[in-house]
Amino acid sequence: MTRRRGRRNWAEADRLLPERLVRTLFGPLTNRAKCMKIHEFQAKQVLRDYGVTVPDGGVARTPDEAETIASGLGGKVVVKAQIHAGGRGKGGGVKLATSSEEARQLADDILGMQLVTHQTGPAGQAVKQVLVEKASDIARELYLGITLDRARGCDVIMASQEGGVEIEQVAATNPEAILREHVHPGLGLRPFQATRLAFGLGLEGKAVREGAKMLLALYEAYQGSDCSLAEINPLVITGDGQVLALDAKINLDDNALFRHKDLAALRDLDEEAALEVEASEHGLNYIKLDGNIGCMVNGAGLAMATMDIIKLAGGEPANFLDVGGGASAETVENGFRILLSDPNVKAILINIFGGIVRCDRVAEGVIQARKNIEVNVPVVVRLAGTNADVAAEMLQNSEMDFTVGEGLKDAAQKAVEVLR
Amino acid sequence: MSVLVDKNTRVFVQAITGTEGSFHTKQMLEYGTQVVGGCTPGKGGQTFEGVPVFDTVAAGVAETGADASLIFVPPPFAADAIMEAADAGIGVVACVSEGIPVADMVRAREFLRSHPGTRLIGPNCPGVITPGECKMGIMPGFIHQQGTVGVISRSGTLTYEAVGQLSERGLGQSTCIGIGGDPIIGTDFLDAFQLFAADGDTEAVVMIGEIGGSAEENAAAWVKDHFDRPVVGFIAGRTAPPGRRMGHAGAIVSGGKGTADDKMAAMEAAGILVCESPADIGATVAEALAR
Repeated sequence: MTRRRGRRNWAEADRLLPERLVRTLFGPLTNRAKCMKIHEFQAKQVLRDYGVTVPDGGVARTPDEAETIASGLGGKVVVKAQIHAGGRGKGGGVKLATSSEEARQLADDILGMQLVTHQTGPAGQAVKQVLVEKASDIARELYLGITLDRARGCDVIMASQEGGVEIEQVAATNPEAILREHVHPGLGLRPFQATRLAFGLGLEGKAVREGAKMLLALYEAYQGSDCSLAEINPLVITGDGQVLALDAKINLDDNALFRHKDLAALRDLDEEAALEVEASEHGLNYIKLDGNIGCMVNGAGLAMATMDIIKLAGGEPANFLDVGGGASAETVENGFRILLSDPNVKAILINIFGGIVRCDRVAEGVIQARKNIEVNVPVVVRLAGTNADVAAEMLQNSEMDFTVGEGLKDAAQKAVEVLR
Repeated sequence: MSVLVDKNTRVFVQAITGTEGSFHTKQMLEYGTQVVGGCTPGKGGQTFEGVPVFDTVAAGVAETGADASLIFVPPPFAADAIMEAADAGIGVVACVSEGIPVADMVRAREFLRSHPGTRLIGPNCPGVITPGECKMGIMPGFIHQQGTVGVISRSGTLTYEAVGQLSERGLGQSTCIGIGGDPIIGTDFLDAFQLFAADGDTEAVVMIGEIGGSAEENAAAWVKDHFDRPVVGFIAGRTAPPGRRMGHAGAIVSGGKGTADDKMAAMEAAGILVCESPADIGATVAEALAR
């Protein structure tokens, strides 16, 4: 069944019109900054579809629903807050209930709370749904993860007997405790590799075969869904020798979502910063930072370098904003709106190196934006490359208040100075 | 002299009739690049700006003797286009397309292992230029000058910035290679250094890296023992917070690895002149060459 789904998605990809895809490639929506995260219950559904054993359970949006699910599971359940950030247990978002009434009470406590973990920031994340799962009899906790090994150019399976803890810590303090198997790009994970990992994890008896089977299924899920990360932490061995994915985390490769419409639909916009979502709708790649100098740049590398040089000049960048390869008057105007939505922004630095993008078009956008939007902070503009001279003249003749930066360093210094 | 492309390079363009392909083909022809053919499936037999269009790369190569290819194919099909070019015997394949699924690139790179005669540049890169001879890419030609400085970069516009600083000081470039911002690329810093090492006319190299991965560190280790010409480096993304991907699919600091400071330290340890500021790249090269 899972294979059939894979084929259907490929067929869909083949039917997409090249023209539309050209627009996807070169039009506004080129640089999406993130891989897509999904919730634990969604990840578990993906795994279940591929034959990975996960605990029985269901997702609830109200205490009533939680109680119903819990009583169907026999009462002894775990109630788990569904937010994208990790560290939910420590933050109080995962609780054990011994009866369906208690499950209802716990769901009532957890639903609607602002769950704060080391990954959410101090404001926390609102919990809108809980996963109610049958509690498991845990004998051992293990770790499994799959991701890309960039240096080798293939996927790598990582497994460790030290499950249930931060794997980064294990990697730092006891790297030998992590077993690795690299996956052949053409042939996929081979059964002997899965078996080797199962023995390496210290599995015994029927758990060896079950564990190897799960590893193969997990890799198939990873590959079939175009994941950039699949992690089961912990993978548990139950008292009666069953192998179970107790927790699951899946990140998806944004670039491959076109062939996974069903997975793309799982995107939860409530989990993303509102400004970043709005920016992505305008084809802008925006990431908010803590400083007060807003920057608008074309190209990711130059955008990072611009942030760096602001810092070197003694300022703090308020954001990363890449307007992409096709910066038009409209993109620039939208960029202004996004930057100005951040109340911390006290000055704006525009740095464009025109190649294919013509600087005069950008200048036009800057002038237009200042006419259409109330820009109440100083603006430093540095335009270089194609038609930079024409652009400089346009800015000067516009009778609007711009500070012109001559070169990268000068522009950054001026942006810092206007704040003093 | 130069690396990868020169005045004799016969360039083929995959997706030549698309918006980007047609625009940049015109730009390349204006620059003087020998664009000998292109392909768009179903449009074989047509011509574009006097350049013959074929249905497949193989047909185009047979007819035109193309030995390099530039790919503008949309991302869902771009990895396949890379493999098609390799299969047709193209020697240098540069892929501009941005947004190719990682799994597709993993497979394409595996395919290339059995085609050792093909070198892939990119994907998600501006291409390659040997100033005055061959512009095979989307970079603005006019900012470049013929000369002896090699440029290797993961970024597009930041490369233009560096090239602009060089040309401003009269420091021309032998060849500029945009290696691309994706996690899986065909030619990394080390490969590119090896190419420049074999080019006697390249007197210095500029390497522009960014956060994420370990390609800069690996190249630095090689440079230390094998490359005795001046190397000037810059790493973008010192101010980038960990765990956030800065535009390029490859630019992310994860698990404490791939930070700008780590890379800069490794490069300095290898004798590379590391610029703190991206505004100092040109001046640092000028100083190094004056010594």
